[in-house]
Amino acid sequence: MRQFRYTAAAAVVALAIGSSGSAFANAELIGMQNNPNDWVMQNGNYANTRFSELDQINAGNVKDLKVAWTFSTGVLRGHEGGPLVIGDVMYVHAPFPNTVFALDLKDNGRIIWKYEPKQDPSVIPVMCCDTVNRGVAYGDDKIFLYQADATLVALDAKTGTKVWSVSNGDPNKGATGTSAPVVVKDKVLVGISGGEFGVRGHLTAYNIKDGSMAWRGYSMGPDADTLIDPQKTTHLGKPVGKDSGTSTWEGDQWKIGGGTTWGWYSYDPELNLVYYGSGNPSTWNPVQRPGDNRWSMTIFARDADTGMAKWVYQMTPHDEWDYDGINEMILVDKEIGGKSRKVLVHFDRNGFGYTVDRVTGELLVAEKYDPAVNWATHVDMATGRPQVVPQYSTHHNGEDVNSTGICPAALGSKDQQPASYSPKTGLFYVPTNHVCMDYEPFRVSYTAGQPYVGATLSMYPAPGGDHLGNFIAWDADKGEIVWSNPEKFSVWSGALATAGGVVFYGTLEGYLKAVDAKTGKELYKFKTPSGIIGNVNTYMHNGKQYVAVLSGLGGWAGIGMAAGLTDPTAGLGAVGAYASLSNYTNLGGQLTVFELPN
Amino acid sequence: MKPTCLRNPLLAALLLGPALVSNGYAVTESTGDYRIFTFSAEEPYFYKDGKVDFGTYNGFRRYHSECHVCHGPAGLGSSYAPALMKSMETMTFAQFVDVVVRGRQQRANFVMPGFAENMNVLPYLHDMFAYLKARADGAIPGATRPAKFPKVDIK
Ligand code: HEC
Repeated sequence: MRQFRYTAAAAVVALAIGSSGSAFANAELIGMQNNPNDWVMQNGNYANTRFSELDQINAGNVKDLKVAWTFSTGVLRGHEGGPLVIGDVMYVHAPFPNTVFALDLKDNGRIIWKYEPKQDPSVIPVMCCDTVNRGVAYGDDKIFLYQADATLVALDAKTGTKVWSVSNGDPNKGATGTSAPVVVKDKVLVGISGGEFGVRGHLTAYNIKDGSMAWRGYSMGPDADTLIDPQKTTHLGKPVGKDSGTSTWEGDQWKIGGGTTWGWYSYDPELNLVYYGSGNPSTWNPVQRPGDNRWSMTIFARDADTGMAKWVYQMTPHDEWDYDGINEMILVDKEIGGKSRKVLVHFDRNGFGYTVDRVTGELLVAEKYDPAVNWATHVDMATGRPQVVPQYSTHHNGEDVNSTGICPAALGSKDQQPASYSPKTGLFYVPTNHVCMDYEPFRVSYTAGQPYVGATLSMYPAPGGDHLGNFIAWDADKGEIVWSNPEKFSVWSGALATAGGVVFYGTLEGYLKAVDAKTGKELYKFKTPSGIIGNVNTYMHNGKQYVAVLSGLGGWAGIGMAAGLTDPTAGLGAVGAYASLSNYTNLGGQLTVFELPN
Repeated sequence: MKPTCLRNPLLAALLLGPALVSNGYAVTESTGDYRIFTFSAEEPYFYKDGKVDFGTYNGFRRYHSECHVCHGPAGLGSSYAPALMKSMETMTFAQFVDVVVRGRQQRANFVMPGFAENMNVLPYLHDMFAYLKARADGAIPGATRPAKFPKVDIK
């Protein structure tokens, strides 16, 4: 990968050039995200609440929902993310080859334009075998597509013609693109995937006008790379000190340190801060990389203009389980502990639901959001450190030892599928996994562009359970589950809450479900043609509310569907309960749009 | 876990899990003692009392960190790459080494990368071969972690 170096001078120049366009694009998107008729960014708004003010479809009438129209993307792979809606046009993306369609809502989804990139074929082995993409972004009359080969492309939103493109990483070294970009002011922000290839993660801002780089902040490395100020950047209120991104690594290991940034990015326009999490340190064998491995597994708050980190919080120092910290940060203003606060709520892969003061980075709440979580007893609120149970410490147990019964599994109590928040109920709605694992680390050596994993895992349902997922409502003040609906399979679909008192999500069998926001009672379900790992959205067109979701279990599921999940060690009696997913669904790639009958 | 590929193996593991047992193979047990067993192309693994030698077990680990993203858990195949437990019914060690070291691309967009530079693969080719042969013969049922004899240090 080309190494771009941040210099203060470059940032200042970029700032000066960008400042006129900045105000414009910023104001435009801030206005648009407040218009419930559109769905202008992947998670609905900068705060990532996935909440819509629309209430035409509500708890009373949602049972009458029916299919309005459907659209095939032509790709049979995992479909994550979801469509954007801006005025009369819907923008739909597909996984590799990363096709983008502009559909005419005035004409039942007639194709206005289609863009299909030509990608470096060397990306295929790296991306193998499922090449998800979490969707496109809009800003400045452009659609931003972040391709599998880590190329960021700006398309003219009206015509689909390419305006500019820039390479954000080298797929030959294992760097790939899967995340949805986000437009903030005059910049578009993108992360990078490839933690299992020893890629060093970074968040990078490009100027939307021409694709020139404005800043890049690495997850680890010297302060000039991480854009961390030893005095001003804080961790739980204290300055981090000099070269905090190298001092907890042995030798040069930070150079292949992982901490990739493939999740979601939030933005608070008032504080002008961007929030996101970094992923696991490379390799998965913790014995090979002593130290806290800062700043992998970390929540970052960065200045949107300069990229400088205001505060950081490392959730899982020295990861031993692959609990990537990349899940979305949901920004809400809320009473916490009797005091009104600007907070960030985050459901981490490690099974803890965090509530953090997003101005200062102060840790307010950290509680388990799945009772099965056992790798740590609790988080020490003074140090922020999880109290690891030695039995489940894969480092403590050592290389070539199989540590068993660790909950959650590496895919986390929740993966990237985003949760939602309803200001009406004050609750968070979280799609979760209820899966545990055995984890055996072993020694690996690094070769650029080759997998750098170093552990074998097996996964199975949490003890005593006959289901692999739950859809829960969470109180972020008390740190408590309010209600929990068991799901046969993991819930791998992003949720949507609406002012109509309804919460929507998809299931791996392919159901779109609507539940009551207060009680969790199921109000409606419809079986789409394939499993849903996409995120639900809603919009209004011609005075009518619609709900849209992508279906499409991926290439991986193609094999995964061969059988159900069973655990030979957890009692054979449970086997029957995990009837295979292939009995329920098949590969697909379809958008389904729902409406109420006229 | 994050890279595209590897996130999804997790999903696959989640969907699939370790129990693709149903085979009707009759596996022949090895004779002799696991402590004096050594790999050969003709007799790649040692199998007795439901357990395999440590090398074959290592093959299971290495396969699942380097190959399963494309070839599926336990050599079961995927929509992307062939089921190696099937391939192994006929493949010789020499043919196996040739494909894995040099790579192959017979169809557009379906790439078997060459592993000539990968030090997590090259030293363990015989272990992976043994594991996949044991899968093909039914000595290792399903995608489970195989039961193993202790590691033998040969001087
Ligand atoms: C990037 C995806 C990918 C990875 C990783 C991968 N393979 Fe393959 N492999 C393929 C594809 C695709 C084919 C079919 C190629 C063709 O027929 O042109 C293949 C073919 C093969 C074959 C030939 C099978 C036959 O029936 O002829 C063998 C043997 C094989 N792979 C072994 C391995 C081993 C061992 C590993 C791990 C060290 C591995 N592969 C990793 C994609 C992959």
